Amino acid sequence: MAFGAFQSTVAGGAQAAPVVQRRSPVALLLLLPGVLYLILFFLTPLLSLVLTSFQAPVPGGFAGDYQTAFQWQNYTVVVETYWSHISRSFIYALTATFFALIIGYPIAYVIGVKLRNYPLWQALALVLVIAPFFISFLLRTLAWKQIFADEGFLLGVLKTVQIIPAEAYFTGTPAAVIFGLTYNFIPFMTLPIYTSLERLDLRYVEAGGDLYANPITVFRTITIPLSIPGVLSGILLTFIPAAGDYINASRDFLGSTDTQMIGNVIEANFLVLQNFPQAAALSLLLMGAILILVSAYVKRSGTEDLL
Amino acid sequence: MRGFGKYALYIYVGMAFIFLLIPIVYTIVFSFNDARRTNIVWRGFTFDNWLTVCDAPNVCEAFSNSILVAVVATAMATTLGTMIAIALVRYRFRFRSATTLLLFLPMATPEVVLGAGLAAQFLTAGVEKGLVTLILAHTMFCVSFVVVTVRARVATLDPALEEAGRDLYASPAQVFWRITFPLLIPGIIAASLLSFALSFDDFIITNFNAGAAVTFPRYVYTAAARGIPAQANVIASAVFFLAIALVLVSQVGGAMKRRKLQYS
Repeated sequence: MAFGAFQSTVAGGAQAAPVVQRRSPVALLLLLPGVLYLILFFLTPLLSLVLTSFQAPVPGGFAGDYQTAFQWQNYTVVVETYWSHISRSFIYALTATFFALIIGYPIAYVIGVKLRNYPLWQALALVLVIAPFFISFLLRTLAWKQIFADEGFLLGVLKTVQIIPAEAYFTGTPAAVIFGLTYNFIPFMTLPIYTSLERLDLRYVEAGGDLYANPITVFRTITIPLSIPGVLSGILLTFIPAAGDYINASRDFLGSTDTQMIGNVIEANFLVLQNFPQAAALSLLLMGAILILVSAYVKRSGTEDLL
Repeated sequence: MRGFGKYALYIYVGMAFIFLLIPIVYTIVFSFNDARRTNIVWRGFTFDNWLTVCDAPNVCEAFSNSILVAVVATAMATTLGTMIAIALVRYRFRFRSATTLLLFLPMATPEVVLGAGLAAQFLTAGVEKGLVTLILAHTMFCVSFVVVTVRARVATLDPALEEAGRDLYASPAQVFWRITFPLLIPGIIAASLLSFALSFDDFIITNFNAGAAVTFPRYVYTAAARGIPAQANVIASAVFFLAIALVLVSQVGGAMKRRKLQYS
């Protein structure tokens, strides 16, 4: 369900035909290569992340030399050292998810409900929603950076007409990072909500009207509850990449040294400082926090409807 | 009041669409900027960047690396994912929930964790990072998306068509290649496009596993510190136009077909 979003936009979302499922050794042949691949390149990497997170420096070794150990203190050290980054990541990601919902839900509602009888417009509007996917993620973030540059067009004009003071700036602030996260993940919020709303049976809405409920009551008591599965998927789909993102918060993009998120720390520790154990410990903490959210979601939807 | 409320919704959503499009338009417009060293201030319209797209150092190498990785990873992920999708819809097997979970988790894991995990594994195994490790990494995160997309298509297939084939004494291989596979092609194409797009634009996992190999997003990331040449905008814009054209054809084509069905 979570990615049902992509089904209806990409594959056209047709009705399922009843299928009799058989038992056959063919199933094993079909599954084995892909499942082995994921075990090898998804599961074991997580395990090596666990091993790495407990490693200790080789005594007298070079920077970046680590040996197998059980240094569980790596975890307490990263939590103490990077607590501000961890909490910042969650606050930024939550705020961005909230704004993405406020912007994405009405878009999804108009496309899924209001445009339902206009297939051509509906298709075009959907293309507009996924259009940002087709321009480089980094370049579209840089575009915002340049639009909001201190002496750029937007702030320049606002400063000339003295709506904002001459020393005002936007890039490098937490607000700019949250802005970037919101922008970049709006499609992830919109698509699953659209999938839910597109399936919404309009007869329920009509029934509400027939029973003299005003449009706001109908929306609140019928439309919103029926779209909750989509909203939940959208929240996960926005929150997960936003919490782990390090582009928007990077100094070269919309952030500054004061807006660094957990992703920035993992990147710096892994790729620059070669402090692999700390990077691994932080990754696993992030993964753990997200798994708590995800398992609540899995419980709600059941494994059969996950995909 | 009711009329105004309806109006307000459309105005709000219209503004949201404009908001979504602003950076896209910006990137495309600045691909036509007569930029000197940095492409930040508008200096006038020119086609030069489009004609001299490979003149900026390393842009085209990065672009061709991205294409190479995306093509190979898409081919691998589409093959593996399609097989799994067929198994999920058509067969009963043990460990079904475990398999579903194994497919779901890569989509629910932050990219930075996937990237760091693979990099840790390559480090432990002593594998040198480069284009090969990139292809392996991209295939991994594309498989699940392929399964989701193709599964939707497999689920809509009428099993009676395959039964008819079997009734006419077709071998299982013949049934698959002459009936099932051709019917799956739209789903497979959609899955490949999605997987290509995901791979081509991936930065986070790539950055952890690329070693010295530079893909287009990595090029942009490094160049961001000192200023992006307009040629990078040209490449991004060209890719955008191509992708949008493909999607428009399929989406609008699909919508027209649905409308025809509605009116007939």
